Amino acid sequence: MTRERPPLLVTGLAVIAVAFFVLPIAGLVYRAPWATALDELTRPEALTALRLSLVVSLAATGLSVLFGLPLAWIYARVPFPGRDAVRALTTLPMILPPIVGGVALLFAFGRTGLVGQFLDAGLGLRIAFTTAGAILAAAFVATPFLVLTGEAGLRSMARRYEEAARTLGATRWHVFRRVTLPLIAPALFAGAVLSWARGLGEFGATITFAGNLPGTTQTLPLAVLIALETRPEVAVMLSLLLLAVSLVILIALRDRYLRFS
Amino acid sequence: MRAWLVITTVALLLGACAEPNATATPQIKDINVFAAASLTDAFAQAGDEFAKTNTRVRFVFNFGSSSTLATQITNGAPADVFASADEANMQKIVEAKLNDGAPSLFASNRLAIVVAPANPKNVSSLADLTRPGLVVVLAAPTVPAGKYALDSLTKAGVKVTPASQELDVRSVLNKVALGEADAGIVYVTDVLSAGARVSSVAVPEEQQVVARYPIAVVAGARSPELARAFVNYLVSVEGQRLLAGFGFSRP
Amino acid sequence: MLQVDVALRLGSLELEVQLEASPGEIVAVLGPNAAGKTTLLRALAGLVPISQGKVMLDDVVFDDMTRGIHLPPERRPIGVVFQDYLLFPHLTALENVAFGLRARGMSAGDARTRAASWLERLGVGDCAEARPRALSGGQAQRVALARALAIDPRLLLLDEPLAALDASARSEVRRDLKRHLASFAGIRIVITHDPLEAIALADRLVIIERGRVVQTGTAADVTKRPRSRYVADLVGVNLLRGVATAGHVALVGGASLQSADGADGEVFAVIHPRAVALHRARPEGSPRNIWRGRASTLDFQGDRVRVGVEGEMPIIAEVTPAAVRELDLAEGSEVWASVKATEITVYPA
Repeated sequence: MTRERPPLLVTGLAVIAVAFFVLPIAGLVYRAPWATALDELTRPEALTALRLSLVVSLAATGLSVLFGLPLAWIYARVPFPGRDAVRALTTLPMILPPIVGGVALLFAFGRTGLVGQFLDAGLGLRIAFTTAGAILAAAFVATPFLVLTGEAGLRSMARRYEEAARTLGATRWHVFRRVTLPLIAPALFAGAVLSWARGLGEFGATITFAGNLPGTTQTLPLAVLIALETRPEVAVMLSLLLLAVSLVILIALRDRYLRFS
Repeated sequence: MRAWLVITTVALLLGACAEPNATATPQIKDINVFAAASLTDAFAQAGDEFAKTNTRVRFVFNFGSSSTLATQITNGAPADVFASADEANMQKIVEAKLNDGAPSLFASNRLAIVVAPANPKNVSSLADLTRPGLVVVLAAPTVPAGKYALDSLTKAGVKVTPASQELDVRSVLNKVALGEADAGIVYVTDVLSAGARVSSVAVPEEQQVVARYPIAVVAGARSPELARAFVNYLVSVEGQRLLAGFGFSRP
Repeated sequence: MLQVDVALRLGSLELEVQLEASPGEIVAVLGPNAAGKTTLLRALAGLVPISQGKVMLDDVVFDDMTRGIHLPPERRPIGVVFQDYLLFPHLTALENVAFGLRARGMSAGDARTRAASWLERLGVGDCAEARPRALSGGQAQRVALARALAIDPRLLLLDEPLAALDASARSEVRRDLKRHLASFAGIRIVITHDPLEAIALADRLVIIERGRVVQTGTAADVTKRPRSRYVADLVGVNLLRGVATAGHVALVGGASLQSADGADGEVFAVIHPRAVALHRARPEGSPRNIWRGRASTLDFQGDRVRVGVEGEMPIIAEVTPAAVRELDLAEGSEVWASVKATEITVYPA
């Protein structure tokens, strides 16, 4: 049995596409100061930025699941007037340029913002320039991913399983815990991972809303930009670090994606 | 059908990278000026003035922190002119042998404390910036404005923990103007350009830092004569008068 | 005692059903597709709201629209076996059966023991640790039944229990199902579109067509005296409607017939195809009922041929292949059909 070779044009364009993606990474590897790599990566600033990035992105993912899942549930199960419009609004952060998101957050939750002014005046609560602000910024851009995959998972899951469970005497909460959640778990996991990846890489909204302070709000992407100005080698190492984490995420996700679809 | 698709795609790609043919039309010459963020308003006007006497020139400005700009230029960004807010960043260009002719100092600047209009928090000195509860933003220490600010604070014997280290001095100005921060350290020229949106507090002379702005033509500029002409304009009497109008001092 | 008197509307279906079932009864709800059978089952299970009426099981009120009562499914003492079983794919057979018990508060250990014994009872004990996708159709059906029975329901609802099986498994599973159903003491309601299934499994049939009950009775009642085309077609007889006066029936459609039964008023008339004789020319002789028509369809079924006759009296006749050859019958052939009055059963509509 002979396999037909794909058309030359297709192969050619595909090769160019692969090169397009591989070359920048190769560039990073090429410019990396491998001799001093470990030193650069274990500097306190680098470690602080890494730790902060992990804390912020994981917390943001937690928020995504906490608020995104009920939202996905409502979108999938509860028809209400204007649902499409609301859904479009909550998907917006996904396509909005992150800087715009940051500006929007600033004008909503900043000290002089729509809601922020009351938080500040009434409770003395400040969100901008805090780690909480960084988490909020990351959650803002990351949650739509979870809502999208969660809703898709809920829609594709046969509601009839839930009905069967109810006829067996399970309360709605029991049904959710023992039937719905396990069945949408793959979709949920994929959504959470995507959400985490997005939160990890968040830059524009973070710098605009949360600011840039080492140890408080200077996440890895910000650290990379700052390092680029004076010590490009460090920037390269931090970039490679982020890259490695992203690669691991994608590889871990590959199986889930296939199984889920 | 597929052949047409390939040809069209390639043609578009080439067209996007192609340089406009220099002899084809009565040319509008582009001149790429990479300048420190603090020069935003001054250079915009300088460009207009220059264009009055040199028609057919179009300015393309890239404003940002001098350190970012220097990195871009050393990595091949197509600049014709580079105006930096400190000599250290210009030195990077010189060391990379990317300058066409020696850099010249064309302006200097001083620092000021920027606060909300009418100074509601009653900030009166650099020492006040350490007041607990005051939200202070500074430019990142890797950026000229940030370095100068640190120098000034050191002279005053004051250690400030900012709420954020902004990527350039204009961001510091904006955060205060928006009301998100109570105070910041910027250039006097920034305060002037913000007009009624902010107020300022002077930094006493013994704590002041003088920022020296060098400018140079970048090697490989597409229109080196035009670039040099612009530089000459800036150091000329008219240019200096224009810069003074924005708050800059003589170099 | 189950008392159902409901009306509901779902999409284009308007369901209006009254039925009763006594403890120990197996009732089959039979009808063509889209008749509303499954909707009725879902209403009894509480999965579909009714707009009017009442459903009561002994003293437990499932639905009472006059008092605004609607008991949610999880509070009804019911067990449901769905058409495609709906075994939870992420649980083993044992966990599936134990699900209802755990949901009702039983401890994990007790639930597992109880579930295991139910699986044994239904003959699928060795499937306990298997996932649903590894089970055969027959096994899955038994696990689904065990799951529904394990919670001790007072009302057992089965939706097309054999439909998901292939033909070869069906008769064996049907026998098993009958045996297992027999050992259950509560009320059993089986929804099906297969009359064979209905007759095999149930004591009483309820025929539903287009959302309404058209007939109810034992299998014998229903087949001997069908009250709808659907049942007549199922049984394979000709069913006619008309008004009788002392045996002479004026049929809907214009034709008339003479029956030996002396019935009066609105009636059904049943003629078995075997009782219809076909001729190429107008026959003479004793038959009181002779009609002219055209052979429209010839359906060869082994050693019988079903001939559909169109005309003033649309009727299906069953003759032998030899007869077809002798009469030189083909589609479009002109024929005369005759039936003896004694061969026509007439009964009140």
